[in-house]
Amino acid sequence: MTRREGVQLLALLASFVVAGYAGVRLLAGDVIGTGAWFVGSAVVHDLVLFPLYAGIDAALVMLLRRRPGWATVAGVRWLNYLRVPAVISGLLLLVWSPLILRVSDGAYHAASGLSAQPFLPRWFAVTVILFAISAVTLLVRALQSAEP
Amino acid sequence: MSVLDRWVNRAADHPPPGPFRAGFWRSPLRGPWFTAILSVALLPGITLMFLTGLASYAAYNPNLAPGNDTTPDKGLLGSWLPGWPAGPFWLYWVNQGVHVTLGLVLIPVVLAKLWSVLPKLFEWPPARSVTQLVERASLLLLVGGAVFELVTGVMNIQYYYAWPFGFYQAHYYGAWVFIAAFVVHVAFRLRTMVGALRGRSLRAELRTPVSQTTAEEPDPDHLVSADPAPATISRRGALGMVAAGSLTLVGLSVGQTIGGVTRSTALLAPRGQTIGLGSQELKPDFQVNKTAAEAGIDPVGASWRLELNGAANTSLSRPQLLAMPQHTARLPIACVEGWSTGLQTWTGVRLADLATKVGAAPDSSLFVESLQRGGGFGSATLSADQVTAADALLALQVNGADLTIDHGFPARVVVPALPGVHNTKWVTRMTFLPARG
Repeated sequence: MTRREGVQLLALLASFVVAGYAGVRLLAGDVIGTGAWFVGSAVVHDLVLFPLYAGIDAALVMLLRRRPGWATVAGVRWLNYLRVPAVISGLLLLVWSPLILRVSDGAYHAASGLSAQPFLPRWFAVTVILFAISAVTLLVRALQSAEP
Repeated sequence: MSVLDRWVNRAADHPPPGPFRAGFWRSPLRGPWFTAILSVALLPGITLMFLTGLASYAAYNPNLAPGNDTTPDKGLLGSWLPGWPAGPFWLYWVNQGVHVTLGLVLIPVVLAKLWSVLPKLFEWPPARSVTQLVERASLLLLVGGAVFELVTGVMNIQYYYAWPFGFYQAHYYGAWVFIAAFVVHVAFRLRTMVGALRGRSLRAELRTPVSQTTAEEPDPDHLVSADPAPATISRRGALGMVAAGSLTLVGLSVGQTIGGVTRSTALLAPRGQTIGLGSQELKPDFQVNKTAAEAGIDPVGASWRLELNGAANTSLSRPQLLAMPQHTARLPIACVEGWSTGLQTWTGVRLADLATKVGAAPDSSLFVESLQRGGGFGSATLSADQVTAADALLALQVNGADLTIDHGFPARVVVPALPGVHNTKWVTRMTFLPARG
């Protein structure tokens, strides 16, 4: 073991001591339940969310590579004009899904006196606007590239 | 060559299929520079998240009275925190607005960063030395902690309590687990980050279109694809997409923090809706935390009296309180969840005047109890600084009208820079406690 590795191991050990001190308190109420949420959130990201979005994107990219004719509108590649609004819309859904999908309706109403009913139509409207902005931008680019 | 080394080498030659093989990861964007540029945003961002989180915890004055402490077994993780000041009035408002809004901003950056380093998860063999194995265990705490903190924070501000633990404990101790791993991660990787940033010019990257985007030079950490596919998006485009995601999240939520006319821009934030609780007196009405119905408050009649305990004990009816000198203060109620009511005009009796009324010593703290039945935060203890602050009130009216029942009628506490839930509503009893010693 090199000197550098020794120092690194020592630093890691110190980190584990602090993490352990906090971890014991974190897990105190429900070891399995809390541990599952802690590890599970990373696992769900790595093995569900990432494969899902990367898989959809890879399938789309592969399709356009096989059919190059489909990949452009008036000479402009449209892939990223789809990706950007889809990613932002998906992100908004990911973050605000409890309100949008109304899974915490009761607690939300009890706390705020408000209804979660508007969030789904609002998210939908924002999504439509995002795609519309992207489509208009694509159209402008296509017209520009069509000019001599 | 030791047995262990031989085993490692043999395993390295036979990776399992799929993501464990180098050829699986083909994006030409992955590389040390791309990862480092995201870290440039995350390093100060996460530091600020931790500090504002710690400040928010201190704002509840957990060391003043056991009832204030949501994590009484914290030990070294906060017993040293100082008391929270009673001003400036915007202190908790800004702190919590930054904490929650910045947390939302960082979500796309964290996702992009995880995307950029994901091949490392499937590295084969999983470790080549003991140090590396230990470091990978630490990375589990880093990534698990980051995602756990974001998930619990985001779910909490939407009242989605789908977990088997209390939010305060989980979010607070989870932050300590995370920060322990974060500090060593930064210590180990800072040089790599700086080196990677020096390797390419940001200005040049921001001028490079898709057609000229190629993979970075091969790196010792194998972030760069061994078999890069042609680029379908430039680094500029990918970073722009992350930034656009962050900006959209902020743009559609920050209005719930600022309040006023900006509230209606917070289209997707929990408190972006204007409220209409059916009150005739308050127009426009403002946000509440916990409705009277939820708190089990029955309409309070003329029989209500405030029980006031100090050196002497007394009780006061609402007309008697209204007959005392009235003080008016413009203060926001700012919630741990990041939203606020914006500035409202509160009128009532100064807490200091109530202390004088029962002969309480000026260094007394104040224990306030609510009529609220069940649920959290039915009582709170205020420090002597908070009791004696000029704008600290037992409010009876707001914006020129009597409090509505959802805003705490017949009387509620309003103190500058105090977390929302400690501004106790539906007050029934106030007890001044002299400082010990």
